[in-house]
Amino acid sequence: MKTTNPLAALLARSPFGPIQQHMRVVESCVLELPPLFEALRRHDIGAVLEHKDEIFRLEHEADELKNGIRSRLPVTLLMPVGRRDLLDLLSTQDAIAGSAQDVASLLAIGKLRVPAAMDAQIMPFVNRIVDAVTKCRTAVDALDELIETGFRGREADNVLTIVAEVDAIESETDTLGMELVRTLVDQEADVGVLPIVFWYQLIRSLGNVADEAENVGDRLRLLLAR
Amino acid sequence: MEYAIVFVTLAVIFGLYMTWGVGANDVANAMGTSVGSGAITVRRAILIAAVFEFTGAVVAGGHVTGTIRQGIIDASAVPSPEVLVWGMLASLLAAGVWLMVASYFGWPVSTTHTIVGSLIGFGVVGVGLDAVDWGQVTGIVASWIVSPMLGATIAFGLTLSVRRLILDAESPLEAAKRWGPVYIFMMGVLIVLITLFKGLSHLNIELTAVETAGIALSVGLLIGLAGRALIRRIKVDPVAEKDFHYAGVERVFAPLCVFTACSMAFAHGSNDVANGIGPLAAVVSIVSTGQVTQSSDLPLWILVLGGAGIVLGLSTMGYRVMKTIGTKITELTPSRGFCAEIAAATTVVIASRLGLPVSTTHIIVGAVLGVGLARGIAAIDLRVVAGIVTSWLVTLPIGATLAAFFFFFFKGVFG
Repeated sequence: MKTTNPLAALLARSPFGPIQQHMRVVESCVLELPPLFEALRRHDIGAVLEHKDEIFRLEHEADELKNGIRSRLPVTLLMPVGRRDLLDLLSTQDAIAGSAQDVASLLAIGKLRVPAAMDAQIMPFVNRIVDAVTKCRTAVDALDELIETGFRGREADNVLTIVAEVDAIESETDTLGMELVRTLVDQEADVGVLPIVFWYQLIRSLGNVADEAENVGDRLRLLLAR
Repeated sequence: MEYAIVFVTLAVIFGLYMTWGVGANDVANAMGTSVGSGAITVRRAILIAAVFEFTGAVVAGGHVTGTIRQGIIDASAVPSPEVLVWGMLASLLAAGVWLMVASYFGWPVSTTHTIVGSLIGFGVVGVGLDAVDWGQVTGIVASWIVSPMLGATIAFGLTLSVRRLILDAESPLEAAKRWGPVYIFMMGVLIVLITLFKGLSHLNIELTAVETAGIALSVGLLIGLAGRALIRRIKVDPVAEKDFHYAGVERVFAPLCVFTACSMAFAHGSNDVANGIGPLAAVVSIVSTGQVTQSSDLPLWILVLGGAGIVLGLSTMGYRVMKTIGTKITELTPSRGFCAEIAAATTVVIASRLGLPVSTTHIIVGAVLGVGLARGIAAIDLRVVAGIVTSWLVTLPIGATLAAFFFFFFKGVFG
C-alpha cells in the first residue's frame, strides 16, 4: 500500500537553505581573490593560474546551484517572501561570483605585472572588497532566523544593520578604487598605455564585486520591506 | 431477523477494516507534524497515538458516530430494517474498497468523505432521494469547507502571537519557557471543556457546569505544570545557537509538542473512529431491536472496538507510515508544528462535539497553511490544495456509485 500523505507533499523543500549555500560558495569564490593578487605581486604565474582555475570552478559550482534552486521553485509555492524577489536575490548573489570571474579572466592573460606605485594600495583594496562580500554573506546567513520571525522584528533589524555595513564598506572600496586609478594615471609614463587599460578594467571589475554585494543587500532590504 | 449473525459479523469485519485503515494511514497525518519537526520520536508518537486515539474514540467518539449511524440516512424513509442493514454494509464495503484503491495509487482521499459519500449513494440509489437527510448533509459538506478554514485562522493567530510574545521578546528563550506552558494550559482547558460539555452521557457520567469547568481547569493546570517541569531544565547549546539563533527556543517547544500530539491523537480518535463504527453501530442496533427508527444508546463495546481497530492499524502499519512521513516533513520546526497542532486539535474537537464528521487531514493541511500565511514556513506547495479539492469532487460520486453497486449485491444475496 502506497502512503498518501498530503502533509508531506504540502511542505515543499525550502529554497532558503540552498540560497544560503549558494552564497557561501560565492564567498569562497571571492576569497580566492586575495591569494590571486598576492601571486600576481610575486609574479608567480603558476599560482595565478591555479587561483584563476579555482575561481572559475567555484563560479561554475555557484551557477549549478543557482540553476538547481530555480528549477525547484514552481509558481505554486507559498513562501514568506515573493518568488520574484527570491530569484532576484539569487541572481544578484551569482553576479558577485561572475564579477570575480571577470577579474580572474583578465589576470589569466598572464602578462600583467603590478606597477610598483600601486603595490602598496592593491591589497587593501582587494581585502576590503572581500570584506563587503563576507559581510553580505552573514546577512544571507540570517535568512533562517528571518523565516522564524516572519521577516519582522529584532532579527529583521539585525539584518538591516548588516546591510548598512555592507553599504559603508562598498563606498570605502569606491574611494580606494578611485585612488588606485589616480595612482595609475599618474604613472602613465612608466606603466604604458596598454597595461593602464587592463588595470583600469581590472579595478572596475573588482569594484563590481563590491557593487553586487551591495545589490544583494538591497535585495534583502526588499524582502524585509513589506 | 434472518442472517442476523452474518450481518453483525460482516459489519464487525468491515468496521474493523475501516478503523484499521484509519490507524494505519490517517494517524500518521494527524501526528506527522510532531514527528516531522523532530519533537517526538516515531516510537513515542505510536505510544501516544495508541493511548489517546483510544481515549478519544471511547470518550468523545459518540457524537460523530451518531451522525454517521443515523444522521445522514433518514431511517423513517427506509422501507424495511433489512434494507438499512444492506445499505450500511454496502457503504462500509464501498468505503473500504475505494480507500484501498486510492491508497494503492497514492491519492489523497479522506476516509470521512468516502464514508459519507457511500451513505448518500446507498440512500439515493437504494431507497430514494427522500432517504437522505439533505439538511444534515449540507451541514456536513459545509463543515468540510469551514473546518480547514477555522484551523487555518486559529493557526494564523497562534503563529502571530508566538512571534509577538516569544520570538520578538528581549530574551526569546526565557519568553518561550514562560509562555509555552500557558499555551498548553489553554489548549488543555479548551479541549476538555468542549469534550465534557454535555458530552459523556454514553459513559453514564453526568457533570454539572461547575464540575466540568473544574475538571477542565485541573487538566489544563496539570499539563501546564508538567510542561513547565519538562522545559525548565533545557539548556542552550552554544554551538547550535551560533548557527541558528532560535535553536534554544525550538528546543523548548519540542517537549511541548508532546502535549499537542496527545491532543491531536485524542481529537483524531474522537472524529475518525466514527467512520468505521458508525455503520457498524447502525447494523447492531437494527439487528438487535429489529427496528429502524429505534434510536438506542450506542453500546460502549462498539466504541472500544473502534479504538482497538485504530491501535491495531497503528501497530501493524502505522509505524512504517509515520516513519516515512517523519522524514518528509523536516521543514517544520517544533514551534510551527506546535501552532498547527493546537489549531487543528481544537478545530477537530469542536467538530466532534457538534457531531460533524470532518477530515482531520484536511484540517491539519489548513492549519499548516495558516502558519504559512503568517509567513512562518519556508515553502508550501499549493498544488496539494488543488489535489485535495479534486479528491473531494471524485470521492463523493465514486463512493456513492460503489455503495449503490454493493447495495444491490447484498440485496441480491440476502433479499
